[in-house]
Amino acid sequence: MTKPVALSANSLIKTFGGLTATDNLSLSVETGEIHAVIGPNGAGKTTLVNMLSGEMRPDAGNILFNGRDITRMAGPARVRAGLARSYQITSIFRDFTTLENVMLSVQATQGHSFRFWKPVSRDTSLIDPARALLERVGLGDRMEVRAGDLAYGEQRQLEIAISLATEPTFLLLDEPMAGMGPEESQGMITFLRALKGDYTMLLVEHDMDAVFALADRITVLVYGKVIATGARDDIRNDPAVREAYLGEEEIV
Amino acid sequence: MDYVLLTEQVLNGFQLGIILFLMAAGLTLVFGIMDLVNLAHGSMFMIGAFVGGTFALLTGSFVLGVILMVPAMLVIGVVVEMTTLRTLYPRDHLDQVLATFGLILFFNEAVRLIWGPEGLVVPLPDYLDGIVSLGFGITYPVYRIVIIVIGLLVAFGLYLLVGKTRIGMLIRAGASNRTMAGALGVNIPKLFSIVFGIGAVLAGLAGLIITPITQAAIGMGEDVLILAFVVIVIGGIGSIRGAFIASIVTGLIDTLGRSFLDVLLLLFLPANAAESAGPAVSSMLIYILMAAILFFRPQGLFPPKGAQ
Amino acid sequence: MNALKNPANMFTAVVMVIFALTPFVAPAIGETFYVTVFARIMIWGIAAVSLNLIMGYGGLISFGHAVYLGIGGYTVGILAFHGVTNAWIQWPLAIGLSGLIALIFGAISLRTKGVYFIMITLALAQMIFFLSVSAERYGSDDGLNILARSDFGVSFFSLEDKMTMYYTIFAFLVASVLVSWRLVNSRFGNIMRAAKSNDARVQSIGVATYRYRLTAFVIAGIMCGIAGLLQANFERFVSPDMMNWPRSGELIFMVVLGGMSTLFGPVTGAFVFLMLSEILAGWTHHWHIIFGPFLVLVVLFARGGIAGLLTPKSRRE
Repeated sequence: MTKPVALSANSLIKTFGGLTATDNLSLSVETGEIHAVIGPNGAGKTTLVNMLSGEMRPDAGNILFNGRDITRMAGPARVRAGLARSYQITSIFRDFTTLENVMLSVQATQGHSFRFWKPVSRDTSLIDPARALLERVGLGDRMEVRAGDLAYGEQRQLEIAISLATEPTFLLLDEPMAGMGPEESQGMITFLRALKGDYTMLLVEHDMDAVFALADRITVLVYGKVIATGARDDIRNDPAVREAYLGEEEIV
Repeated sequence: MDYVLLTEQVLNGFQLGIILFLMAAGLTLVFGIMDLVNLAHGSMFMIGAFVGGTFALLTGSFVLGVILMVPAMLVIGVVVEMTTLRTLYPRDHLDQVLATFGLILFFNEAVRLIWGPEGLVVPLPDYLDGIVSLGFGITYPVYRIVIIVIGLLVAFGLYLLVGKTRIGMLIRAGASNRTMAGALGVNIPKLFSIVFGIGAVLAGLAGLIITPITQAAIGMGEDVLILAFVVIVIGGIGSIRGAFIASIVTGLIDTLGRSFLDVLLLLFLPANAAESAGPAVSSMLIYILMAAILFFRPQGLFPPKGAQ
Repeated sequence: MNALKNPANMFTAVVMVIFALTPFVAPAIGETFYVTVFARIMIWGIAAVSLNLIMGYGGLISFGHAVYLGIGGYTVGILAFHGVTNAWIQWPLAIGLSGLIALIFGAISLRTKGVYFIMITLALAQMIFFLSVSAERYGSDDGLNILARSDFGVSFFSLEDKMTMYYTIFAFLVASVLVSWRLVNSRFGNIMRAAKSNDARVQSIGVATYRYRLTAFVIAGIMCGIAGLLQANFERFVSPDMMNWPRSGELIFMVVLGGMSTLFGPVTGAFVFLMLSEILAGWTHHWHIIFGPFLVLVVLFARGGIAGLLTPKSRRE
């Protein structure tokens, strides 16, 4: 018995000049699962995320989201359809406070912003949901801090909180642990685990501890090709994967 | 319309294109390599005309004026780069626009102080001041042909410089990827000074060779500067080839539009409407062309490789 | 009143009080000339406020903003030339045309970024400039005299009256600051400011920023068009020079000089810019030789403008 597929990429191809970043790549993410994509540097992981989020167009192939072809859909429209992403390099509004960052995102989900007169700073329909979300992600006491002044781990959490505020059903997480120390990573793992079940997630990550702690299924990319895909434990024990990618790395 | 007039206007358009190219070449390199919006490039056009014109009047030889203008503009260009522009590279475009706008005000006023408000008339030597027959009943001023030849020689020289020499390789590397050029161990400040100096000489040359036709005037570089902007937007920032093609196209369209558009409009409009719409529309032609090209290719026709 | 302890706010307040009281004070001290000077400054102030809306808060460096002064001005001028002085026709048309041109120019130029945007806004503005130069019927380079100011058709409100003209300009200045204050802090302004700092991220939370930028561009164009129609009325004259590119450069400088992305910065910027020009021009005919390097120095060393210089360091971000 298979669960319904939330997102599937079918035979995606993307080349930059002579370089093939994505080579006939197919994968499918089931509703409710955390699906990790791993692979060495240059495997085309971020290119994949960019194509799924709509920031890049594939040269060939298609992308289905909840059964609907979104290959030609612009990025913002995908977000409104419930597909949100976070960035590997922290992408927040540094001069806004933590609360304002999330308020902006709440605002974006409440329909168009062609409202010219009422100040947002007194708009409880923005403030209340933003506060609630920040409490939930553990940034409740940091709301009035300028986002640029947050600690790095907090910025990474805010990054994901901004995405969550768009009320997605699906999260594209591009290396959420990037640049984190072991302790911060552990915090992020706990944080993401708490979100599991509420969201379907595609997790691109280098941190193998995090991947094996979180993922239900794993797809392994090498040079833009899928070399293996399957349940976590199958991948862990797949000799081809160990050789091609995991190599000498010590697997827990 | 008769073919004599048409040929003449095509040559005129070509000649305008050459002037634009001399301006745009330096501008597009400075944009491409240094990411600098340099409005003061128009001042170099003007200063070249005044300085070179003065040399020509002092020595009594226009050719000597042109030859002496080259080192003078090189020095002026490098000095301006080292004193002011250098500090602007790390700044944002807004700062660059404002500061170089300030430089224009300064240079215009400095020229007014030195040469007076009337400008400078630089006569052509007799041997250039004639009209030559091109056959088929077409005659054309010798000097305009000289301008075209000079421009083509400079374009060819630039092509060799940028395409075939080591310094050209560095320039191309810088235009497509500055960080990479830095990583290759290129002396970036020196490279920038040289490129800026070359740009100043080219702009000065353009200003000087047009002077016998138009005379040197304060602010003469500014309209040309804006046309050169249009050219590099069309051609793609950082691309010499794009600048050349776009210059010629722009020169031709502008010139031919001004001469023949009212005739063309007569085919669609009543005479008095065509007569009044002709000049209005022809003055807008190249901007419409630019808008159309950008609509389909926001990066211009020839974006340098790696710029995207 | 705590806000007045900040020297920048104090300066703004002084400037606004000067604007408000000049028509009474100037004749009393025998300097009626200042009424004209300050009316001019206020008109530029409105234009600068409109530019700040897109440049300061939206990050869109338009180098052709003065074109809307020309559109607003020439609409009044050309209609008056043909004998149409009715304000109820002139003003809506001037506003509508400014908005329409801003819509077209914005739609083209906002497809591009960075240097391209700067140059395209400049080139498009120059296109209209050259159009006005080529319009022989309307005076070409020499411009067009306007024999009668806009007529509202009511006895109690006539722009031919000096006081009415002055305070109409003053009212529009106050209104432009008020409008930009509300706009910037609204949901719309929130998107604009966010897109300035991180456009990709705004798109990634589901907002197609292009439409918002275009809307801001049109609002700013209309606001500047109003400044243009006021200028035409006040000066009783329009010429291509009012929208030539140095005017756009000066507008940018006024905004930066006063303090970008501050509410009153453009107003104080216009004030200081034009007063300084006036004073320098009084000293020497060649005042640009001082003013040019001054501009360079402000850019290099006083990036926050007057607001930045006068605001205590602790309050800056």
